[in-house]
Amino acid sequence: MIEALFQSVPAMILLTGALVALASALPGTFLVLRGQAMASDAIAHAIVLGIVLAWMLSGARSGPLPVLGAALAGLASVVGAQLLARSRLMGNDAAIGLVFPAMFALGVLLINLNARNLHLDADTVLLGEIGFVWLHTVELAGYGVPVAMLTLGAVALVNAAFVGLLWKELKLSSFDPALAAALGFRPGLLGLALLALVSVTAVAAFDAVGVVLFLAFLIVPAVTGQLLCRGLAAMLGVAMLSGLASVGLGYGLALRWDVSIGGMMALCTGAGLGLALLASPRSGLVAVLLRRRALALEARVRVLLIHLAAHQGTPVEAEENTLEALEEHLRWPPDMAQAVVLAALDQGLIRRHAQRFELSETGQARATAWLRAEDRRRAMPPERVPAGTPGSDA
Amino acid sequence: MPELSHTLVTVALAAALMGTLAGVLGSFLVLRGQALLGDVISHAALPGVVLGFMVSGSRDFLSILLGALLAGGLAGLSVQWLRRGAGLKPDAALGVVLALFFAAGIVLYSQVQGRPGSAGLQVFLFGQAASVLRTDLMAMALVAALVLALVLALWKEFQFITFDAEAARAQGLPVSALETLLGVLVAVAIVLGLALAGVVLMVAMLIAPAVAARQWVDRLASMVLLAAGFGALAGVAGAVISAQAAGLATGPVMVLAASALVALSLLFAPGRGLLARLALRWRARRALHGRQVLAALHGLELDHANPDHRSEETMLDAYLGTRAAPQLERLAREGLIRRERHGPEGRIHWELTDAGRARLGAGAADSDRSGA
Repeated sequence: MIEALFQSVPAMILLTGALVALASALPGTFLVLRGQAMASDAIAHAIVLGIVLAWMLSGARSGPLPVLGAALAGLASVVGAQLLARSRLMGNDAAIGLVFPAMFALGVLLINLNARNLHLDADTVLLGEIGFVWLHTVELAGYGVPVAMLTLGAVALVNAAFVGLLWKELKLSSFDPALAAALGFRPGLLGLALLALVSVTAVAAFDAVGVVLFLAFLIVPAVTGQLLCRGLAAMLGVAMLSGLASVGLGYGLALRWDVSIGGMMALCTGAGLGLALLASPRSGLVAVLLRRRALALEARVRVLLIHLAAHQGTPVEAEENTLEALEEHLRWPPDMAQAVVLAALDQGLIRRHAQRFELSETGQARATAWLRAEDRRRAMPPERVPAGTPGSDA
Repeated sequence: MPELSHTLVTVALAAALMGTLAGVLGSFLVLRGQALLGDVISHAALPGVVLGFMVSGSRDFLSILLGALLAGGLAGLSVQWLRRGAGLKPDAALGVVLALFFAAGIVLYSQVQGRPGSAGLQVFLFGQAASVLRTDLMAMALVAALVLALVLALWKEFQFITFDAEAARAQGLPVSALETLLGVLVAVAIVLGLALAGVVLMVAMLIAPAVAARQWVDRLASMVLLAAGFGALAGVAGAVISAQAAGLATGPVMVLAASALVALSLLFAPGRGLLARLALRWRARRALHGRQVLAALHGLELDHANPDHRSEETMLDAYLGTRAAPQLERLAREGLIRRERHGPEGRIHWELTDAGRARLGAGAADSDRSGA
């Protein structure tokens, strides 16, 4: 069965993709929590220089040396930008935007100049092609295992160990760096370690999906997790699941439409994000719409109570405090009027007497309180009326 | 070879135009702290570039420009919506939009790959100056002139919202509309440079000239002019150098030229530059040491209760805890201390002059007198 797995190209592509998703979600969640998502953009570009320089110095195109070189280059881009920003000669964003393009440009030029020997062209670095991972395998326990899969698996394990062992420290330094520093947890050092892990993960992933698509797996599922959950473990879980789902969905769609597999997988992380943007309990579109409707209903109930209070005990009461009057005088469509009346009845604010509505004690008290507040506000001298309150022009 | 130089002139002109525009609009971007938005817009233009190619069926300059503008604009709006509407942190919003738009670009590109007339992805990603035609140059010039005219016409407004958006709003300026317009102009500048610099590196052409210019001057007008000049210089240098050797992508060479300008500016700019700062620090340290030597001489006078006391150098060294020699010659040249041979062996002694006493300051002298 295992043999069948390693001989099946789709299985290997899916497995590699899954490893990319898992390995990226781990540091990605913390990176996004710390507000450093764009640092990963700098790292992803800067590692190219590290890989090329390591190759020029050692001649190795894969293995530990390029990984080390790339990780160092990734760290150097972030630390270099921080140093530049600290000189206060430019803003933080400008410093990032200066350092990584310069490093990336140098990397691309070196690739251009050595193209014939390096067997690496600039497109591959940026894009990778997960569809070809099975071309490059090594013998392991009798099976031909793709190299990319091995490195990704190792990196995923390292990331999992890092997050598992330093869970408490990472959590504290991500949510409250000041407290973490005060307790002696060295959040700065931890941040550097995290960035180093991001660099290493980027190197492992770039063979499979390329550096820019790696960014999608690093950032987008993490943001999805944060939209949907409040707990750290849940965020991480959602990030991993949404990454895995994107791999499967992306593979299917890529085959169907005959497009880039890595690109489609990365694009599919956006589907998870889209769902989260709709369904997030705090800021999702659905939640916002529901909240807005609840607010609108509350405002109309208030209007209803004030309307009833204004006419209660007057000769026109029998005529004004009816459902028909609400529809006619307040210009409420019948279904809206009904909904408002039902809400008020449910909350025990009004009572029904045949065709007529009457305020309950709570309803009466609330209407009186609102009317008083309104009177007080109108009695204020005009310059003290807070700007933007309704009726302040009266 | 007249033909080669003809191409080279075209390319150099295009690069100069693009650099000028990038420098002008990059200045606003950098001052408003939105440098990374430029990065996102330029990466996000990729699907638009490919789409423009798909629709027109060729590498038609204007349709690619339009497609890129559309995608870049959409990306800018998405960032804004993700931040304000969905409440994402700014960097998360930027990262998400960059990654997803770029992925969409890759997917679209894999669709057109291999179609007749489709250029290699390398051209879109890293730029190729030689791909700019004479006819494109006219279109570029027209667009650039339009953008520059708009910036000039709305100069005061742009200046106001760049430095104090709140005050501009209070004055009744349509700040949101102006910000959007500025964003669109930045997107146009980015898109115009894509053919030369490529989507990945275009951001540096916006940021680097502006940051370099900022080191030399303190006024917006001079910064914009200087940035335009730096941008044009880097553009032309990149285009010409990359045209010399086959296989050199234009974008990286331009970016390295622009980065070199930044490095030079950071080092050598007067006042702000690192060398100027070092010099300032060195002068301050020298002045402090000199003052310490004067104070030591004065202190030894007080210790000996003799206003004309002369001190030996070794005495001064012991008093200061460091060697006084480097300062002594200089202070003597400035006339603050006097060298005298004194004592039975005629050894060199040092004494404060009146000028030295004056330099030490009336305040110090007063406190000494009251203490005595």
